[in-house]
Amino acid sequence: MTAVEDRPATAGPAKEVGQARRRKEDARLITGKTTWTDNLVLPGMLHLAVVRSPFAHAKILAVDVEAARSAPNVVAVLTGQDFKEEQGSIPCAWPVTPDMVNPGHPSVAVEEVNHVGEAVAVIVARSKAAAQDAVELVDVDYHPLPVVVDMERATGANPDLCHDHLDTNESFRWIFDAGEAGTGQNTDEAFAAADVVVRRRFVQQRLIPAFMEPRATVVQPQGDGYTMWSSTQVPHILRIMLAMITGVPEHKLRVIAPDVGGGFGGKLQVTPEEVLTLLVARKLGKPVKWTETRSESLMSAHHGRDQIQHIEIAADREGNVKGLKVHLLADMGAYLRLVSPGVPILGAFMFPGIYKFPAYRFDCQGVFTNKTPTDAYRGAGRPEATFAIERIMDELAVELDMDPLELRRKNWIGAQEFPFTTVAGLEYDSGDYDEATRQALELLGYDELRAEQQRRRETNDPVQLGIGFSTFTEMCGLAPSRVLGSHPYGAGGWEHASIRMLPTGKVEVVTGSTPHGQGHETAWSQLVADELGVPFEDVEVLHGDTAISARGLDTYGSRSLVVGGAAVVNAAQKVVAKARTVAAHLLEASEEDLQFEGGTFSVRGTPGTGVSIQELALATFAAHNFPEGVEPSLDADATFDPVNFSFPHGTHVCAMEVDTETGRVSIRKYACVDDVGKIVNPLIVEGQVHGGLAQGIAQALYEEAVYDADGNLTTGTFVDYLVPSAADLPHFDTANTVHEAPGNPIGAKGVGEAGCIASTPAVVNAALDAVRHLGVSDILMPLTPERVWRAIHQGGDGGDRATAGTNAYGGAQTETTTGVSTPESSLGGDR
Amino acid sequence: MTQISVRVDGVTYTDEVEPRTLLVHHLRERLGKVGTVVGCDTSNCGACTVHRDGEAVKSCTVLAVQADGSEVTTIEGIAQNGSLHPMQKAFHEMHGLQCGYCTPGMIMASIDLVADNPDPSEHEVREGIEGNLCRCTGYQNIVRAVQQAAAEMRGSTPDTLGAQA
Repeated sequence: MTAVEDRPATAGPAKEVGQARRRKEDARLITGKTTWTDNLVLPGMLHLAVVRSPFAHAKILAVDVEAARSAPNVVAVLTGQDFKEEQGSIPCAWPVTPDMVNPGHPSVAVEEVNHVGEAVAVIVARSKAAAQDAVELVDVDYHPLPVVVDMERATGANPDLCHDHLDTNESFRWIFDAGEAGTGQNTDEAFAAADVVVRRRFVQQRLIPAFMEPRATVVQPQGDGYTMWSSTQVPHILRIMLAMITGVPEHKLRVIAPDVGGGFGGKLQVTPEEVLTLLVARKLGKPVKWTETRSESLMSAHHGRDQIQHIEIAADREGNVKGLKVHLLADMGAYLRLVSPGVPILGAFMFPGIYKFPAYRFDCQGVFTNKTPTDAYRGAGRPEATFAIERIMDELAVELDMDPLELRRKNWIGAQEFPFTTVAGLEYDSGDYDEATRQALELLGYDELRAEQQRRRETNDPVQLGIGFSTFTEMCGLAPSRVLGSHPYGAGGWEHASIRMLPTGKVEVVTGSTPHGQGHETAWSQLVADELGVPFEDVEVLHGDTAISARGLDTYGSRSLVVGGAAVVNAAQKVVAKARTVAAHLLEASEEDLQFEGGTFSVRGTPGTGVSIQELALATFAAHNFPEGVEPSLDADATFDPVNFSFPHGTHVCAMEVDTETGRVSIRKYACVDDVGKIVNPLIVEGQVHGGLAQGIAQALYEEAVYDADGNLTTGTFVDYLVPSAADLPHFDTANTVHEAPGNPIGAKGVGEAGCIASTPAVVNAALDAVRHLGVSDILMPLTPERVWRAIHQGGDGGDRATAGTNAYGGAQTETTTGVSTPESSLGGDR
Repeated sequence: MTQISVRVDGVTYTDEVEPRTLLVHHLRERLGKVGTVVGCDTSNCGACTVHRDGEAVKSCTVLAVQADGSEVTTIEGIAQNGSLHPMQKAFHEMHGLQCGYCTPGMIMASIDLVADNPDPSEHEVREGIEGNLCRCTGYQNIVRAVQQAAAEMRGSTPDTLGAQA
């Protein structure tokens, strides 16, 4: 610490950064004084309801809207025919290959439907109930077409086609070969020379983001422009894309994300419903609201994950890894949405994890199926990669008869080796995997649990114990614009901030990063309080309105603090620099002689002289006594474009009890030590880790979006799609190590996705560790009691979610809901 | 249409409602009580939880006409004389919320839980709020908040929160 010459170090106010400040956001959220989009009521507002396809794949022969149109309080019924000239296509901003096939994504189907839940008509009525009532009155004549639900069949010989007008179900094939890229050796040679090769096929089941606030959109026409309120993570991206799609000029469109109830990637989208709400408002000239039901949300908001992963790992007998090969089938669903194809590509660079592979090859096919489109869900590509590498490391350890931790330790990057360029070409910034692991084992009480595991083995206890690891890293802080451009993503990865010094000394911070639960208002206030030396309470953070926050790229990919926070800090430093000029003028000193401490400029060595930055704000407002040639403003903008990603890491350890008689698994203890770089607010960081853990554990144990053979989502409500409750989750023991990120002025690495990325393989590895001695080497996720029991007692991986002939089997309702039976749907057998 | 009279957060409202109207829609759309929210359509999530005659109910599973003559308390009615309810305060202190969408229902359910069990264990809290889903927090800080509020409501433990007199 540097001592200040005429002021004891202890006299300065405590730094805000690092304090567990309680959140500013809470005041409205705990009292119900919220502004959710669905709360909004405007004079003369009309309500939308969407008629959705019950078929996964069909031609639309006719849509009869007469009965609906004449229903009470219905104002209009509009179909694909009404909008086909103006609706364009839902945009895909990430064409991952030059020849990527994009079938086009109408907001409302015109000639063909390609997944259950696709919009086929829109009811506009004076009340929501009237609109909903009329949905059932729309009579659509469908001609059913063959349904594609299985990626392996879709890419096999002579498949049925997801899209009638395409001749393939493959959207793209994307390959990264480290040998060709010059970042590694020839992969085939590495495998040929290896002592041991282990191959596995892992399934990343389909998940649903399941944010708690259902999506809602309100559009108000005003003059020749429109204001849209939407429950979105990305108001800035939405505005640009809507302008491009609909032809409404960008400057005539204002998008506001008011209070937004969670997103997790699920609201990182330009949705058909947002487009339709705008088109209806334009057509009718009236304010319009659309709010979805939960059932609509589960079937039509985008899904996540859904990959089949073929992983091969090569090593020598001593456990030194020699190469990694990945072949993915990534389910796009029926259409490409905003970043659908980019999700597996984000994962492409993370399969090598924290290990020093000399050779690596990644090969991914994006596949169309007649299901809801997939897109970003918390982690987006990186959880899939982390699962694959952390699972296969355990499989390799078994093959080599090594301790899984010893194998990892032997291959991971040493603390002294940073920055380290991986075989995928990424430069990892900082960390200490050894230290995080040491602390995590201590937190878990590893040695005692290993001893207990041994006792249970020896006594043949029906409840067996297992311990699973995940020593992970991820790439965060999306993203350096040049890197995105080379991939080629449709936008940059910078973030913008501006700071306005108000005359009374209060401060407005405008951020382009739009929060939906992450606590930006609190954390940004802490950053600015430290930079400007003003009270935390004197800072107001504004966001989420394109008329207020003019430039931004919003919130996803653990980018807010790392990129958006960095822009805030840079803007604040510009404010201080401008204030210094004014202070020098007022204090009649040279700028070099001024020191800035605790929010006050003073002349070095002259105690008692000084002017605070808040006083300077008033002096600047008045501008009566101002330096010659200097504009009377302290306000400043900054745009931060990172030069590299940041790489949080950590060690997660799960102890799992498996009841071999019932198949029930329960987490005995979960401990993790995450390194997310500099911590601005430990309370928020801990909360983000907890929430991420819950979602990652939910993938391992509970959640799966199940489709039957006819393409019906059979987990279409919260009765069937199992978002865990408090009773389903354990207590988490969490801690942090801190290795600051060198790539941004804060030193933060990002925390939003860490828990979700790391936890899933730790949980599955733990369950397998408990029952591997019983001959079980894999169990499909989620680890339902049924699957676990079958894997133990019948062998294999536990099989699909439910077997033919059981009530849970997907085909159960098929005949009555769609009138179509396929050979697969009749496998339900004796029901 | 049926005439009903419901006292909500201390104010009596008399309205004509369609018999099929759910209490939550009546609260939100007729009375402007938008602090209470809708999160699902199967009564799984509990976001719409309010108190009806002192007991927690999911207001999406109560018809407005069933609430005729009832006393309903929502998240907007639990702060007294400008002071937050101990449960609201504890959710804030313990970081028991992130996006805040489940929070009104979670707080109302938790108040009811503590009324039934003034000193719940961690396990009892987890079981007690399992009808309310949260997607953000992983529940750990909600559990802490409920136990913290329970302690303050009992008045039996050292006050670490700076609670009101």
